[in-house]
Amino acid sequence: METAADFVQHSGGVIGASWLTIALPLLGAAILLLGGRRTDRWGHLLGVAMSLASFVVAVLVFFELLGFGADQRRRVVELYDFLPSGSLHVEMGLLLDPLSISFVLLITGVGSLIHIYSIGYMAHDPGRRRFFAYLNLFVAAMLLLVLADNYLGLYIGWEGVGLASYLLIGFWQHKPSAAAAAKKAFIVNRVGDMGLALGIFVVFTTFGTIAFNQVLPAAHGASEGTLTLIGLALLLGACGKSAQLPLQSWLLDAMEGPTPVSALIHAATMVTAGVYLVVRSGPIFEAAPTAQLVVTIVGVATLLAGAIIGTAKDDIKKALAGSTMSQIGYMMLAAGLGPVGYAFAIAHLIAHGFFKASMFLGAGSVMHAMNDEVDMRKFGGLASVMKITWITFGLGYLAIIGFPLLSGYWTKDGIIETAMEHNPILGWLAVIGAGITGFYMSRLFFMTFHGRRRWDADAHPHESPAVMTWPLIILSIGSVFGGGFLIVGNRFMEFLAPAVGRPEEMPSFHPFSLTGLVTLALVAVGVAYAWMRYGRSEVPAVAPRGSFLTTFARRDLYGDALNEALFMRPGQWLTRLAVFFDNRGVDGLVNGLAALVGGTSGRLRRIQTGYVRSYALSIFFGAALLVGAWFVVGNL
Amino acid sequence: MGETITFWVLAVVSVAAAFGLVFSRKAVYSALMLGVVMLSLAVLYAVQDAPFLAVVQIIVYTGAVMMLFLFVLMLVGVDSSDSLVETIKGQRFWAIIAGLGFAVLLAAGIGNAVVGEPAGLAEAVKADGGNVPALARLIFTRYVFAFEVTSALLITAALGAMVLAHRERTAPKPTQKDLARARFLGDHPTPLPGPGTYARHNAIDMPALLPDGSVSELSVNRYIARYDVERGRLPENPRLAQALRNVAKGPATEQPKVVRAVAEEPEARVPADDRPPVSQAAGLPAEGRTEGPVEEEGK
Amino acid sequence: MTTHYLVLSALLFAIGAVGVLVRRNAIVVFMCVELMLNACNLAFVTFARQHGNLQGQIIAFFVMIVAAAEVVVGLAIIVTIFRTRRSASVDDANLLKY
Repeated sequence: METAADFVQHSGGVIGASWLTIALPLLGAAILLLGGRRTDRWGHLLGVAMSLASFVVAVLVFFELLGFGADQRRRVVELYDFLPSGSLHVEMGLLLDPLSISFVLLITGVGSLIHIYSIGYMAHDPGRRRFFAYLNLFVAAMLLLVLADNYLGLYIGWEGVGLASYLLIGFWQHKPSAAAAAKKAFIVNRVGDMGLALGIFVVFTTFGTIAFNQVLPAAHGASEGTLTLIGLALLLGACGKSAQLPLQSWLLDAMEGPTPVSALIHAATMVTAGVYLVVRSGPIFEAAPTAQLVVTIVGVATLLAGAIIGTAKDDIKKALAGSTMSQIGYMMLAAGLGPVGYAFAIAHLIAHGFFKASMFLGAGSVMHAMNDEVDMRKFGGLASVMKITWITFGLGYLAIIGFPLLSGYWTKDGIIETAMEHNPILGWLAVIGAGITGFYMSRLFFMTFHGRRRWDADAHPHESPAVMTWPLIILSIGSVFGGGFLIVGNRFMEFLAPAVGRPEEMPSFHPFSLTGLVTLALVAVGVAYAWMRYGRSEVPAVAPRGSFLTTFARRDLYGDALNEALFMRPGQWLTRLAVFFDNRGVDGLVNGLAALVGGTSGRLRRIQTGYVRSYALSIFFGAALLVGAWFVVGNL
Repeated sequence: MGETITFWVLAVVSVAAAFGLVFSRKAVYSALMLGVVMLSLAVLYAVQDAPFLAVVQIIVYTGAVMMLFLFVLMLVGVDSSDSLVETIKGQRFWAIIAGLGFAVLLAAGIGNAVVGEPAGLAEAVKADGGNVPALARLIFTRYVFAFEVTSALLITAALGAMVLAHRERTAPKPTQKDLARARFLGDHPTPLPGPGTYARHNAIDMPALLPDGSVSELSVNRYIARYDVERGRLPENPRLAQALRNVAKGPATEQPKVVRAVAEEPEARVPADDRPPVSQAAGLPAEGRTEGPVEEEGK
Repeated sequence: MTTHYLVLSALLFAIGAVGVLVRRNAIVVFMCVELMLNACNLAFVTFARQHGNLQGQIIAFFVMIVAAAEVVVGLAIIVTIFRTRRSASVDDANLLKY
């Protein structure tokens, strides 16, 4: 088992300067936000430059890290004393290890590409500078999330990305739907964040510290009940951020934001933070099998739910969002399977970062061409008009459905095989999910790029400018080769081993295992059915009513209805009750008291007749009583 | 024995006078009753070895204070006799109950306060050779400070009375020019007719006639008119008699509207041939000409 | 014998008090107050005689002085009130009420 000694204190070199990766985008965000309009002209260039600079630093750090032996690849860079507060003593530092550097590269790499893409996509938006400021803020927060060497730093980054997500979903805040979606995302995330905060509290009370390099080696020393509690609390946080059941409802609405945001935050990076949290806290989950089981169940449930939702959505971004949920479900499932799964989870995460970003950006390109239309029933036949988008999107599509030898094939198949070994029920459910993935992604692809042209009259689709297509091309290259590069020969598993632990037995890859073949067959069936329904035959311009199941999927599996029935309505009733109690109870008491005093006074004041003779009479009576009392007392 | 007779006579007189003070309708009678009580008490003081106080009682109280009372009474108006109808509910009943109870309690208490024969003051005053020197010795020795303080009190009271009774002038004093201007701006530039200008009698209880022949109710004092009405000494002329009755009844409002009375009662006019046409005196007398102190009837 | 004087004083005092309560003419009310003061003076004089001590007479003397001052100020107040309200009734000066 790992020990605290595995973490090497480090200073100097590029690794010592790794804080620059966070500082640069943060500086960019500060300049853009504080500089105001005078930065409008070059603001987007600054944002891209900061993101790229961050990426460059990350690459240099990565290579310096590779230069160390495998055992030496966990570097802690201490920055400063953050909270010297009694027994809670937090030293802010950065943890550079294979896990975090993978994320850093993904975030800065994909992030930079999306920054570049946004130059073109947001070219005509008056708030472009603000947009880049928020993007930079997001990148900085996300990097802090993955680089922090303690739970508190992670939490700060966690909240930072939540803020950035809120700002970016509601970027077009003049649209009520966008404002509502932003609030919804923020509030649903609060539930998860509360879980994370509670988890951190329990970690602190259990271990007396919240630094990873002290908590994780000591994890197996704590009681299993405590660890299960921590695990479930952390899982709640992960569910909120990663849109897993039961906190999935915000992700579909989050598509109200600009498409680059959907690609960067709500597909490639932020929503995977939950997976990062589970993998980072791996030792805790490994010592708490119950929590691990819950993680896998949540993962499987979400991968099926996301897939089902994806089959019914006509909004191209929402269909992709359902797909994102589903793919993160796969990652969660893998993350609940222990060290073998961690590698597959992170590998799938990276591969997904590439192909989902590619597809989202492709969708953005399509929308850019179709006057911001998102209804796939008004697309069709775009393949011939937008060749580059079609090809890049197609490669991402093939990667996600697990077309042999493309990224998704390696990573997803790895997850399914591992799950099958671990628990056949989970495995088969994941296989079914893969089949559904084949169907809904094909449906999306065929409805958009093939079939008859169902465009609106004023639509004049055209290929997007180079600044938007080049990121697509680079991302699609990643989505073609990324998975294979990582998985073949267990390269990524070896690389991650110092961070997440080495599995007892390295998985060997069987190209034609039974599971793999069944998966492929199911996917093929899904694709074929989608081709029949949406490629070859006519797609109605208005969505048919559909069966109960279709409605079920269209309504997001009644997730919103459930939330409203379970939380919103009772909350409203509670509020009304409280208002009623306040009006009638509290105010009633106060007002009643006032009325009582007022009424009594109103009656008592009648005694004040203003007639001096009445007063004299009462004085006289008083005097008589005094004399009488004097007699009584005197005679006693 | 002599003292007993004196006491019983004066006791009965003073209690009766006290009741008279409380129950007489006219304030002047009350004042006189109070004088009776005070004189009786002065005699009782004298009987009880207090000749100095007896004299002071007569001089200060009966002489000065009672005169002051009567003076103010006259100033405020003596013609109204108080209505004795009680307006505050239960006031009189409870006042009498409380008074009876208090009297009983006080009499019982204070009456039992002394036992035995009175010591008499002969011993106390013997050293100084009389009541007055003895009092003087006490006042100017032991009570000299209190005595000096009372002088301050009296001066303060005098000043207070002056301040209270003083009427502050709120407008500048009108000059002759102002008065002339007001008269010519008013509706009566000429001097008002003097009393009896148009009178046909020289008796003060006979109302004057106005130039237009109507009867001026303002020309007769109200008390005189009342006196006439109460004794049935009204003139034979029904118009004059009616005018006197109106005057005696008092003004309906504070300012008698002669104009209205004339305008609304054309039959009250005397035939024009009776008197010389006086065109230049067509105006009407201003109000308040012969009014005494305006008195509200006590309720 | 002195007891009789005291009882007379109590009676006069009570009569004066009832007068204060039942009469509305401020001047008459004032007279009733004077009656009560005089009743007190009678009691003082009687006590002086009873105890063979001049102190009671001294106090009666001071009561007279204070009463004189009181009468002056009180009557001035009555005149002032009458001047503004055209009434000497204590019931008319009843603005200080609910």
